[in-house]
Amino acid sequence: MSAVDAPAPAVAPRRVRVRTRGGARRLILPVYTWLVLLFTAIPIAVMIAYSFNQAPSGRLTFHWTGFTTQWYQQVFDISDLTSALVHSLEVALASTVISVLIGTPLALALARYRFRGRGAADAVIFTDIAAPEVVVGASLLSLFISLGVSRGLVTIVIAHVAFSVVFVVVVVRARVQGLDRSIEKAAYDLGAGPWVTFQKITLPLILPGIVAGALLAFAMSIDDFIITEFVAGQTLTFPLWVYGAVKVGIPPQVFVMGTLIFVVGIALAIINAVLQRRAPA
Amino acid sequence: MRLRRGATPYLLGLPAGLWLGIFFVVPIVTVLSVSLQTGNPDTGYALTWNFSIFGTVINQYHTELLRSFEYGLISTVIALVICYPMAYWIAFHGGRHKSTYLFLILLPFFVSFVIRTLSWQFILSDRGIVLGNLKSWGIIPSSLHVLSTPFAVIAGLTYNALPFMALPLYVALEKIDRRVVQAANDLYASPRATFTRVIVPLSSAGIFAGILLVFVTNVGDYVNAAILGGPGTTMIGNVIETSYLENLDYPTASALSSILMAAMLLIIWLYARTFGTQAVEEAVT
Repeated sequence: MSAVDAPAPAVAPRRVRVRTRGGARRLILPVYTWLVLLFTAIPIAVMIAYSFNQAPSGRLTFHWTGFTTQWYQQVFDISDLTSALVHSLEVALASTVISVLIGTPLALALARYRFRGRGAADAVIFTDIAAPEVVVGASLLSLFISLGVSRGLVTIVIAHVAFSVVFVVVVVRARVQGLDRSIEKAAYDLGAGPWVTFQKITLPLILPGIVAGALLAFAMSIDDFIITEFVAGQTLTFPLWVYGAVKVGIPPQVFVMGTLIFVVGIALAIINAVLQRRAPA
Repeated sequence: MRLRRGATPYLLGLPAGLWLGIFFVVPIVTVLSVSLQTGNPDTGYALTWNFSIFGTVINQYHTELLRSFEYGLISTVIALVICYPMAYWIAFHGGRHKSTYLFLILLPFFVSFVIRTLSWQFILSDRGIVLGNLKSWGIIPSSLHVLSTPFAVIAGLTYNALPFMALPLYVALEKIDRRVVQAANDLYASPRATFTRVIVPLSSAGIFAGILLVFVTNVGDYVNAAILGGPGTTMIGNVIETSYLENLDYPTASALSSILMAAMLLIIWLYARTFGTQAVEEAVT
């Protein structure tokens, strides 16, 4: 197949005057958009559907054998799968906390100060976002091998901070740059010192950015597979466990956990969106 | 921005700077040095400045290297073609529901990457819900296989790329000043001319940002090839993965990652020089 064969829907830009034309043309793009959105949801629907499959052998097959909620009751029955999930949560929590703690000050420095090394910092941040994961993971493994560092939870956290901190920096920096500096100036004029001003004025104002950065870091960490596989040693996180089970057969609990993570993630995203909307910018 | 010098910015930036320096910049240098070592897993490795390793691995794995670039290119182009009309419609006609559409685009991110890809294995398998039924109804021949073919791998790569492509496109299209489009209309530009000569050029930052993000990610990917592919679809990432983690052949593995990294850094550097880093970073935030 080639790119030329790919569906190239009529990209008819609708303009002001298009109103006078027939209605059918106006429907092309919205219908198309909904079709693409539906298409992106297919694998999610499959995951949720198969988490209710009976699977008598305890391994999911491509066959649909009947509806059951059995796997939801036995979701934590596979102890090493459960401990892999716990590892993922621990790593995500630790790397998010560290990323926020070290990323926020760097974001402030980049947004507020002009200093030697700013350009270099920008270049490193951009490269970190764009670099292919396999190279980042392989390089980090090379470093650990050269230094004789044994791989495990600690090296996973180190690696996760190394890729998620840049997302915290970028998100928080955008928030800091959007701040109205006159509010801070007012605090200074009223006699507040730099620390009090930061605590009482700056921090609350950039908090939505920090929360958004933290959520992004957490999501990236819990989902990461490629970099983690390189630096994990014998330790398994949830994605690593699933990948390892592909060859021997996937127990339904994997899709149950995937579904639960999906539901919790959506709930958190909606709560965050509502809170952000309420908080004055 | 206030121009202040002194120690403050360095103190603020130091922890993250050190972390990125030690665990991101230094490893990229280390990987090169490991590739120049010789030895084997039992006796250990020593640095022998073995530059011939690059010729050897390119000779041995040029098929996988080329295939990775081919799959990366095809999936990037298809993702662009799929996403552009959608991003355009949401940005120009999404109305009050723009953020809802964006949320739906990002929906796959709430499911683990490995599970999403695994889901496609279920969908595309011979006895799965789609092909299995189509075959039993006699709509498609039972000899048709999709899994283990390049089609399956490219489909998986394209699917996983859609949000990364759609987001920067949307951000760029959304920023276009509607009055410019209006002006094109007023000056009797045809819809086609308005699109190709006003809208596409004005959204080029997003187009290139999307291409960069998707192409670099997909060239280095090995999960799609491992789960959806077969022996004939091995990508360079798969070779690096097995050499590092199964064969413990560190020099080969790091030589291959050095080559991949050099190619990707070149692309990233050229991109950053030409277009700046803003479009990619805006898509993230």
